[in-house]
Amino acid sequence: MKKSLPTWADVVLIPAINVFLAFFVAGLVVLFIGEDPIRAMGIMIQGSLGSSYGIGYTLFYATNFIFTGLAVAVAFHASIFNIGGEGQAGVAGVGVALVCLTVDQTHWLLALPLAIMGGAVFGAGWAAIPAWLQAKRGSHIVITTIMFNYIAAALIIYLLNNYLKVPGAMALETRGFAEGAQIPAMHEIASWFGASISRTPMNISFFLALLASFLVWLLIWRSRIGYEIRAFGFSEKAAVYAGIKPVKIIMIAMLLSGALAGLMAINTVMGSEKRLVLDSVLGAGFVGIAVALMGRSHPIGVILAALLFGVLYQGGAELAFEIPSIPSQMILTIQALVILFTGSLENMVRFPLEKLFLRLNRGTA
Amino acid sequence: MNILKTLVGAAALLGSATLALADGHADFKPAVIFDLGGKFDRSFNQASFEGATRFSEEFDVEFREFEIQSDAQREQALRRFAEQGNNPIVVAGFAYGSAMETVAAEFPDTSFAIIDMVVDLPNVRSVVFNEHEGSFLVGMMAAMKSETGKVGFVGGMDIPLIRKFACGYVQGVKAANPDAEVFQNMTGTTGAAWNDPVKGGELAKGQMDQGADVVYHAAGGTGRGVLQAAADAGKLGIGVDSNQNYLHPGNVLTSMLKRVDVAVYNAFKDSMEGNFTAGFSVLGLAEDGVGYAVDENNETLISEDMMKAVEDAKAKIISGDIKVHNYMDDNSCPAS
Repeated sequence: MKKSLPTWADVVLIPAINVFLAFFVAGLVVLFIGEDPIRAMGIMIQGSLGSSYGIGYTLFYATNFIFTGLAVAVAFHASIFNIGGEGQAGVAGVGVALVCLTVDQTHWLLALPLAIMGGAVFGAGWAAIPAWLQAKRGSHIVITTIMFNYIAAALIIYLLNNYLKVPGAMALETRGFAEGAQIPAMHEIASWFGASISRTPMNISFFLALLASFLVWLLIWRSRIGYEIRAFGFSEKAAVYAGIKPVKIIMIAMLLSGALAGLMAINTVMGSEKRLVLDSVLGAGFVGIAVALMGRSHPIGVILAALLFGVLYQGGAELAFEIPSIPSQMILTIQALVILFTGSLENMVRFPLEKLFLRLNRGTA
Repeated sequence: MNILKTLVGAAALLGSATLALADGHADFKPAVIFDLGGKFDRSFNQASFEGATRFSEEFDVEFREFEIQSDAQREQALRRFAEQGNNPIVVAGFAYGSAMETVAAEFPDTSFAIIDMVVDLPNVRSVVFNEHEGSFLVGMMAAMKSETGKVGFVGGMDIPLIRKFACGYVQGVKAANPDAEVFQNMTGTTGAAWNDPVKGGELAKGQMDQGADVVYHAAGGTGRGVLQAAADAGKLGIGVDSNQNYLHPGNVLTSMLKRVDVAVYNAFKDSMEGNFTAGFSVLGLAEDGVGYAVDENNETLISEDMMKAVEDAKAKIISGDIKVHNYMDDNSCPAS
């Protein structure tokens, strides 16, 4: 089968056109409520990329999205749609918090690997039940993972209310982690090298996210199990014929997916909040779906898409600060438009482009 | 001669005062951050918005504001305003406690104020209210107005602060009618409980089905549903924080006022005049920090006897003759 689109058009041109369209429509929305769309756009970009403060927050959000994006991407290679990143990351937050609360009298060099294990095990554990139900019982994983998000939310509320929160306190949060479980924030790392940047929640787990992206690439494209996952994703029947066991692939792909989603808790629970708060995931689990779709389930694409969503999140917050007359719901609308255009309306751009390239190719041939 | 001297003196004083004021205006940038539920919740957040707006109109000073969308934005919003040189920064809500501890320590030259929570730092003013005293008074009114001898209470999030409201209310009810029965419900255990009018309405209906004919809410935005349900059933609701009598004229017995607006206004004003003091301040009945609302919407509902009894109790609470137990002192309530 000959590809109708050159790779560069598939990887660069289509996402670029989609983002442009999304911003165009978002600009119209801003125009309708009587604000200047150019100024709004300027604030979003300046606020997210214009200072070390903005960049710090942008990369902090992007770190979350890289983890959840990778989680969705890995499952997607096996043709499994994991909608449960939100719940997996939430439960992983409990795992990270339990580790940190236990070992926070030691040193972060010890606490970090243990917390990574805690987050990965809890995240994978939460993904294991829907995965097993899919593999053994054929319960549709989209339905079960969505449901498990709600169960996770209820479970976390229960645990915080009854066991984890500080007795007598009003806020639903654990006690803050002591010094020994606080991983270095980026401004601390910068000060090691003599540089001075603004205080932001961005921390060492950004590098962890980049490392995870590289490992995912190794796993999916350079390992035997990765080959099996991709083969299973292309065609289950052919994979079975080739001796690949569906139960094993579904379980492995989902456990990896849950563990990756769980790692974002290192960034939020351990890195930024330094305590377990009620809503530690902040919708990153769902944004991860859009990130993986936009990034074509490739680690490089996931990183780029995560950066874009980081810009949207941080820029959106700046917009709320600078122009209070733009209601917060409107910022959500702008973010949603980008998801809509890049995620679901992709074919709107793809089909005309394919026709265009076909015609061009015919012209040159 | 004397008169002239005084006049000149006064003019000079006035001149310097306006000058100082003008100076203050140029770089005086107050900011207020609202809690979940939003600034138009008709209750707690709206009270702080009104305080800031009143200050802004009186002194012609712009103020910055921000409505957070999630818990994670608390610290970001505080830091963002502090970094841009806003001073003072006022937040309303106990949930800002840990964010405030972090950020206020980072910006020791900025004045902060937090309402409903105590943060012990040299640049933070912590304002708490004696909600139990105000709730005691509206509890008395509820018991005296009730014909069934049964009244209700709907709380927002189940936290010690809201139990403090409930406990004061029950004590007031029992003070006016020792045989009265009080039904209590909390809406939930998370921040979402502040903004769930549907569930609030259902809880109020449940209490009215059991015979309650006056229902008091301390539930922020959720309370809109409580007052609506009471009005729909032809019963009486009691508002909280802001004066909510106007929401359903004739069906809101009164509102327990908690002058969050005064706390915000004072923090702005003190800071502008250079009188900002950090530390712990408690606003109760004596300071007019809490109270109950009587206006044209509810004056026909309150008889003279009720008024007299409540005013009497108010005087006694201020003088110390009546002690209203504060739930948060020992996390327990003697009355139920």
